[in-house]
Amino acid sequence: MSELLTALELRDAIAAKTLSSTEAVRDCLGRIEKYDPELGAYLLTFTEKAMQDAETVDRKIAAGQPVGPLAGVPIAVKDNLCTTFGTTTCGSKILERFAAPFNAHVIERLLAADAVIIGKTNLDEFAMGSSTENSALRKTVNPWDASRVPGGSSGGSAAAVAAGLCAAALGSDTGGSIRQPASFCGVTGLKPTYGRVSRYGLVAYGSSLDQIGPLTRNAADAALLMNIIAGHDPRDSTSVSDVMAKKPDYLAELNQPINALKIAVVPELIAGAEPRIRTAIENALKVYQSLGAERVEITMPHFDYAIAAYYVIATAEASSNLARFDGVHYGHRSAEAGNYIEVYSKSRDEAFGPEVKRRIMLGTFALSSGYYDAYYLKALKVRNLIRQDFVKAFEKADCLMLPVSPTTAFKIGEKTDDPLQMYLADVYTIAVNLAGLPGLSVPCGFDEENLPIGLQIITDAFTEDKLLRIGQMYQNATDWHKQRPEL
Amino acid sequence: MDLEYKIIVGLEIHVQLATKTKMFCGCELKFGQPPNTRVCPVCLGLPGSLPVMNKAAVESAILTGLALNCTISRKTKWDRKSYYYPDLPKNYQISQYDLPLAEHGFIEIPLEDGSTKQIRIRRAHLEEDAGKNTHTLGNFTAVDLNRAGTPLLEIVTEPDMNSPTEVRLLAQELQRIVRYLGVSEADMQKGHMRFEPNVNLHITRNGQVFKTPITEVKNLNSFRALERSIAYEVNRQLDEFLTTGKTMQVGNKSTYGWDDVNQITVLQREKEEAHDYRYFPDPDLVPVVISDDWLDRIASRMGELPLAMQKRFVSEYELSDYDAQVLTAEKATAVFFDAAVRCGAEPKRVCNLLTQTGLKLANEHQTTVDALGISPIQAASLARMVEAGDVSATSGAVIFEAMMQSDDDPKQIAEQRNLLQKSDTGQIETLVEQVIGENPKAVSDAKTNPKKAKKAMGFLMGQVIQKSKGQANPKIVAEVLNRKLMK
Repeated sequence: MSELLTALELRDAIAAKTLSSTEAVRDCLGRIEKYDPELGAYLLTFTEKAMQDAETVDRKIAAGQPVGPLAGVPIAVKDNLCTTFGTTTCGSKILERFAAPFNAHVIERLLAADAVIIGKTNLDEFAMGSSTENSALRKTVNPWDASRVPGGSSGGSAAAVAAGLCAAALGSDTGGSIRQPASFCGVTGLKPTYGRVSRYGLVAYGSSLDQIGPLTRNAADAALLMNIIAGHDPRDSTSVSDVMAKKPDYLAELNQPINALKIAVVPELIAGAEPRIRTAIENALKVYQSLGAERVEITMPHFDYAIAAYYVIATAEASSNLARFDGVHYGHRSAEAGNYIEVYSKSRDEAFGPEVKRRIMLGTFALSSGYYDAYYLKALKVRNLIRQDFVKAFEKADCLMLPVSPTTAFKIGEKTDDPLQMYLADVYTIAVNLAGLPGLSVPCGFDEENLPIGLQIITDAFTEDKLLRIGQMYQNATDWHKQRPEL
Repeated sequence: MDLEYKIIVGLEIHVQLATKTKMFCGCELKFGQPPNTRVCPVCLGLPGSLPVMNKAAVESAILTGLALNCTISRKTKWDRKSYYYPDLPKNYQISQYDLPLAEHGFIEIPLEDGSTKQIRIRRAHLEEDAGKNTHTLGNFTAVDLNRAGTPLLEIVTEPDMNSPTEVRLLAQELQRIVRYLGVSEADMQKGHMRFEPNVNLHITRNGQVFKTPITEVKNLNSFRALERSIAYEVNRQLDEFLTTGKTMQVGNKSTYGWDDVNQITVLQREKEEAHDYRYFPDPDLVPVVISDDWLDRIASRMGELPLAMQKRFVSEYELSDYDAQVLTAEKATAVFFDAAVRCGAEPKRVCNLLTQTGLKLANEHQTTVDALGISPIQAASLARMVEAGDVSATSGAVIFEAMMQSDDDPKQIAEQRNLLQKSDTGQIETLVEQVIGENPKAVSDAKTNPKKAKKAMGFLMGQVIQKSKGQANPKIVAEVLNRKLMK
């Protein structure tokens, strides 16, 4: 049963011809057909194209031709990544029928690696949300409990990986959108350092915060995907050059543990989570200590201000990034518009969901003259203070560990009426985006309702190789990441 | 009633830079193409696309800033200026807000009386142009985005101009400068330069000073329209003041357009709308740091500026200001002239050859003087021949034109075409004696009849030159004739 294999195992099996890509992809499509009507992970699947691509890989392998590092492996991508095949909707009515004329950088890389892109996954509209409930197009449920959310905004990708509807997936993380759904669905999720992965072709939400990253079965698969998607791209000015930060081989030293690992913890932060989560985190720390790690207690004095700063900066950028969806050039245009101003106002009113509108209004307000200094500028200052907190933390330790989320997956509809409660779900993940650092979410236990819990590990900028090794140490010692939901 | 007024004008100028590609994408800059054929995902503002700065445009802007005696910012950045308009695909324009590339400079402009005046430059910044809306589809507006993303340099002067003529002279001088620098074709017909003057009057009545409300005239694209619209505004504002007594107040700046058919300004917006462009730094682009080294390399491309050259031609070559101005109107002419003079020719002779013949030929062939196929060395030799009286000025023009097809020395050309003047006094004396003998009436008139002397002399000269088949040097003929008649 190919769905039980990790991406790495699947790749090796296909390369060794013990399993064909065609079989793997057919299995995967079969499972999607069987389970996705209820799960709702996908907005679109490429049934025919995926089978063709799989056959191409099988033919190449049969002919002894060289193939890429992800040859024949079915991969899902979040639907805010532009693809020249199918639509790129961002989970929004405004782009419901939008077909992008170019592939995102990461899509190009996946295709060059001979991956089989199996479909595009659901998300909160324009990646704005923490539960995928803000998708205007589909409802996604948590594979562990269909009455609960998968997390968000990369909820479709997380659910697809957890349910074995793909071998691995790509998501995007602006304030926790990879790590939190990974945690809710019991998979591994990596948000890379800002600049590590090109954003070219990622439909922007908060441009200074957005990063694309993998959602996978384990740290090794995340390393495999990073080997493919990371690296400089001249089309993204914020993409780091090879001179500044050379891209390592993330798989090369993955199984080498970090000697005398120093782990920073902020006791108050752990104390803020639900009891069962606190216990799971403490247990995870004990596992590390048993592996020779040392625990260092630190403070992060500005961590509390992260949410406030984030919801100013991200919404300010979003209000500007989403201005282009105006019904003039592409996307939904109101049939009711009588003049060009109404083309804007009615098209946007009809096709944006309430959370997107809320954030556009927040951001517009924050950038308005007279408020700019009090909100946007102040938020930038907070952002710098948070960066400083991390700089100090990494003077004392190799990494910081804390929960991914204060709760496990919550009930569908539980927080939709209270945006502020929803925003607070990101309390542990947002600071990482503000500081531009890499963050990893690894499964570290279950609560009393058998819902997965995630451990978040943060390291210094451009040290994803080290971060993944720390994750791998844990996964070599535990098997939380091997637990699968019963569908 | 005792009434005096002073005209106050400041000017905003948009100069389109002649780079190969657009400001933030790789689209080739080309004028007059079918609509929406010079576009890509970036300049269309498609979701997922990202801008990449055009370094050549930044260098052109810096070079212009240096030529305008500005301080160049050593660190600058890009800002988003938000407003909704169908020709602006992202609904924000990438521009520079609080850190313009250049500021605090001045431009020296030649006035009509031969003196010059300094006009202060407030700032110069780079931005991307918008597309064009056309209203030729009945109820619909068509948008052409070929121009979208074209690099524009916006130059803002202080309100230092005090007449419509001064404003025109500034605009013309700026055109001459950017052409000398090679940063813009500055072709008015193609909209490469667009002007927006801000005009008001300081009226002194009975010792009291009144300032009329400032008006801005939008989007002027010819020197004529610029000068005339200001002249019209001056009269209109004076009339308005005399009728209404209205003076300048915060917020009562109004916007006018220029009706070229009726030669009047037309009110567009009564009060300046409280525009809030919600500027904020573009997170998709990184700040630009201008190193000493880079700045030096750009500055080394400067060359001599037109006004300096014009002044030098007057002081060093003793040309009239008019001649110097004609020669420096185009850099190609000025440089060619300078080179020919340095080859050892008399400046005024070279000037005459170029202004009377060279420019005419260049115009006929729709090219510049340096591209006629004539070297400055050839031109200098020809000028020396004219100076020495070896050929007449008329023959000089003929030889100049002949040099376009020949690399021969002008002397050889003159010989081939029999254009050398005879300055052999002995031969001319024989001819003069013949003519005197054949025309007793004219000789007697020339000697004794003061009323007819001049005409008779002219007749006799003509006869001699005719006998020489046009080859006798008129100067020598006149000398010999005078000497003989005096006897």
